Amino acid sequence: MSPESQLLQYLISGLTLGSIYALIAIGLVVTFNITGIFNLALGEFVTLGALVSIALYAAGLPLIAAFALAVLIAAALGAVMERTAIHPARKANATILTLVIITIGVGIAIRGASLLIWGTHPYILPPFSEHAPFTVAGAVVIPQSLWVLGLAVVCVAALFAFFEFTYLGKAVRACVMNRTAARLVGINPQRLSLAAFTATGALGALAGIFVAPITFATYDMGFMLGLKAFVAAILGGVTNVPGAIIGGFLLGILEAFGVGLVGSGLKDGLAMIVMILVMLIRPTGILGAFRRGA
Amino acid sequence: MGPSGAEHNNFPGDEVELVLRNKNVILIVLIAALFAVFPLMVTSGYYLGILVIVGFYSIVAIGLGLLLGYAGQVSFGQAAFYGLGAYAAAILSGTYGWPPLLALAAAPLLPAAVAAVIGQPILKLKEHFLVLATLGFGILVYILMKEFVDLTGGPSGYTGIPYLSIGGLVLSTDKQFFYLVWFLAFLTLVGAWNLVNSRMGRALRAIHGSEPAAEAAGIDTARLKLKVFILSAFLAGLAGGLYAFYISFISPSPFGFHASIQFVLMAVVGGAATIWGPVVGAFVIVGLIEFLRWAVPVVLPKAGGEFEIIFFGLILVLALLFRPEGIMSHKRRKQRSEPDAGKEAAGTCST
Amino acid sequence: MLDVRDLTKNFGGLVAVNRASFSVNAGEILAVIGPNGAGKTTIFNLITGMLTPDEGEIRFQGRPLAGLKPHQIARLGISRTFQNLELFRAMTVAENVMVGAYTKGKTGFVRAILRRPGTTAGDRKRYGEALELLRAVNMAEYADEPAESLPFGLQRLLEIARALAAGPQLVLLDEPAAGLNAGESQALVAFLRRLREQNLTFVLVEHDMATVMDVADRIVVLNFGSVIAEGTPAEIRSNPEVIRAYLGEDES
Ligand SMILES: Nc1ncnc2c1ncn2[C@@H]1O[C@H](COP(=O)(O)OP(=O)(O)OP(=O)(O)O)[C@@H](O)[C@H]1O
Ligand SMILES: [Mg+2]
Repeated sequence: MSPESQLLQYLISGLTLGSIYALIAIGLVVTFNITGIFNLALGEFVTLGALVSIALYAAGLPLIAAFALAVLIAAALGAVMERTAIHPARKANATILTLVIITIGVGIAIRGASLLIWGTHPYILPPFSEHAPFTVAGAVVIPQSLWVLGLAVVCVAALFAFFEFTYLGKAVRACVMNRTAARLVGINPQRLSLAAFTATGALGALAGIFVAPITFATYDMGFMLGLKAFVAAILGGVTNVPGAIIGGFLLGILEAFGVGLVGSGLKDGLAMIVMILVMLIRPTGILGAFRRGA
Repeated sequence: MGPSGAEHNNFPGDEVELVLRNKNVILIVLIAALFAVFPLMVTSGYYLGILVIVGFYSIVAIGLGLLLGYAGQVSFGQAAFYGLGAYAAAILSGTYGWPPLLALAAAPLLPAAVAAVIGQPILKLKEHFLVLATLGFGILVYILMKEFVDLTGGPSGYTGIPYLSIGGLVLSTDKQFFYLVWFLAFLTLVGAWNLVNSRMGRALRAIHGSEPAAEAAGIDTARLKLKVFILSAFLAGLAGGLYAFYISFISPSPFGFHASIQFVLMAVVGGAATIWGPVVGAFVIVGLIEFLRWAVPVVLPKAGGEFEIIFFGLILVLALLFRPEGIMSHKRRKQRSEPDAGKEAAGTCST
Repeated sequence: MLDVRDLTKNFGGLVAVNRASFSVNAGEILAVIGPNGAGKTTIFNLITGMLTPDEGEIRFQGRPLAGLKPHQIARLGISRTFQNLELFRAMTVAENVMVGAYTKGKTGFVRAILRRPGTTAGDRKRYGEALELLRAVNMAEYADEPAESLPFGLQRLLEIARALAAGPQLVLLDEPAAGLNAGESQALVAFLRRLREQNLTFVLVEHDMATVMDVADRIVVLNFGSVIAEGTPAEIRSNPEVIRAYLGEDES
């Protein structure tokens, strides 16, 4: 492979991974904006999306139906999580720190449940289409990468349209900006919190379904993906949806090239270093820098 | 109406000493005696081994309890300090041939030094960011343990840790480790108790109560938090060093994220804002793990891996929802009987 | 004793303190008054180092405070209370006062862990001093109660006792009489007067005009972050601008 195609190869895998990070990160940022807390259990919803759809597919459901049902199940679980853990804690005036630790608790409970149900084996989800990998300028492209990229772009566009053009989407943004004002125009922040956890559960599951054909699905696949999504969100400045998307792609590309440099074992460490450094050095995210510069 | 009862206020320390002389001394002596004779009575190596492990965890959890319950800070990377201590002890004695006792003494210094370096910036972070930063740090250290194969042996582990020997006495049995670990755990408890019941302990609780007011009272809150963070890392490292010599073979797996969660759980379940709480938490959690490892395969024969985390998660959520102060907390709030306290206050400043 | 020059603080677009200048003389009680949101608390936060000024300078006994952390400023002899009580709620009343006297102690972190000789003696001394101070405010009987169990009026008083415990030279009181009844306020005024006789200096933020007129030696009036008047209670009472800006809007 020529150096150029090598670079292209890294870029493709970076974009593929990055779009997954971006997708999960959007869920994180939206929940954070609405509820003021990071849902550290979100990675486990990614796992569930992948494993549940694989199980349903194996049980004989058509692939699409399996996907839809898995997303619904994850959404329902997100709602249950909000009602049984987050909402009561808020009522008891729990601190943010307590709430965050609660989401960690929910996360490992789900992970333990996945482990009990599915064990430690990797499962395979068939790619969305049957084409063979092809080469572009010397770089190998697997069709699933295109699916992931394409679907991620569709999802992002749909979310964007939702927030920009629909009444509900605008209402949500209003609530983010001002809770009291939102109440005045008849939006109930509590219900919005429920909606946020439900929707991000679904979004996480979707990301899991996209990524499963590329990486295999295991009970602990979501943990690192979820963490990487945090890195993406933090890169983008925590409250900023476009920032999270850019952060996701940046991290994906950084990792893809990082693997070439430091080896795959240290790849995850790279993301952690990026996360800690950004929090310490530029807590407003990299986009903050761009904005100020512009 | 001036309160005439003001004269009988005693310094709380006097009270404590008095009480110590009566109730608690008996209790402590009883518990100590129980610990002393336990290894003589128990013939099952299984139970003794578990209690040794509980001893390691207690030391870690006491340190984390100080951080969590007194300084009001959290660390989801405590297992990394535990692991750093273990690897430091192993590598210094195994690879570099240090006398094991010296290696054990040096082991806590590595995590303490690391905590001193990272603590300054990390403890400035709040809430999510503190959680994520400590969690990220823990994962980073875990990855480094796996990847620095030349030094650590990588995922397949580090072998060749010599026996710990203290002045010619070679420690090789569970019984010996039991006494060593619990002796050190007891010292840790005493030290923590001393700290909490001192000027510094009051300052720590003050930070927990109100950081601005603590600063306004002249407390360097950032520095004090850092000191507790370093202390907690030191204790985790000490426990890790002991663990390395006890187990004589270490690999990265007990030092991962789940172990960090486990430590937080011990502190939270036991009640982080008491000195005893984390020790009780260590007993409860280790007991639970052992019970589950026995019970779950009976129900689900195919279950494997660390499935106990499902219960960790549930307990963590339930504990935070229903007993945020932990099972050890007994709110010692004496109910005031005079309803006319407000009236008294009227004449308050006139003396 | 304290000199504030051209102090300015912006929050986003909002100018909370606008080129405010005033001085506090040793041994006086200076009242700072102004409508809600005038910037009084912000000035306290700037003096105590909890906020950093955008512009201007604060000198305490001739020494500029710029760049000092709150705990360093506290150690120079400036104490404060908080408008929204910031007690150490889970600690006892005596412990609150003992923390207030933190800077008097010497026991360090490691010495405390090892309980070196002298640590207990130091604690005992602090406890005795705390009791003495609590006796002066008639609260000694509550010494070993948790602070959160106190009635509100006593919580305010405890904040003041805690601020006094360090033996400060300058005490900043942020609405110490808010929520107190008339009798309690009067007792507070008497107490402050007695303390001033012991050469303590106070800056007092207060909405209750009766209390202010009663206790203050001088008054600084703030409006929208600017000092609009400064003078004795009598002068302030008859200052038309003050009446328009302050009394006109805020009846109390
Ligand atoms: N940390 C902050 N961030 C943003 N705005 C602030 C902050 N602190 C104060 N403000 C704003 O600055 C202005 C001055 O507030 P400040 O608390 O100093 O007023 P005050 O005179 O103490 O009022 P009050 O009598 O209500 O206590 C207000 O408009 C307030 O909303
Ligand atoms: Mg105010």
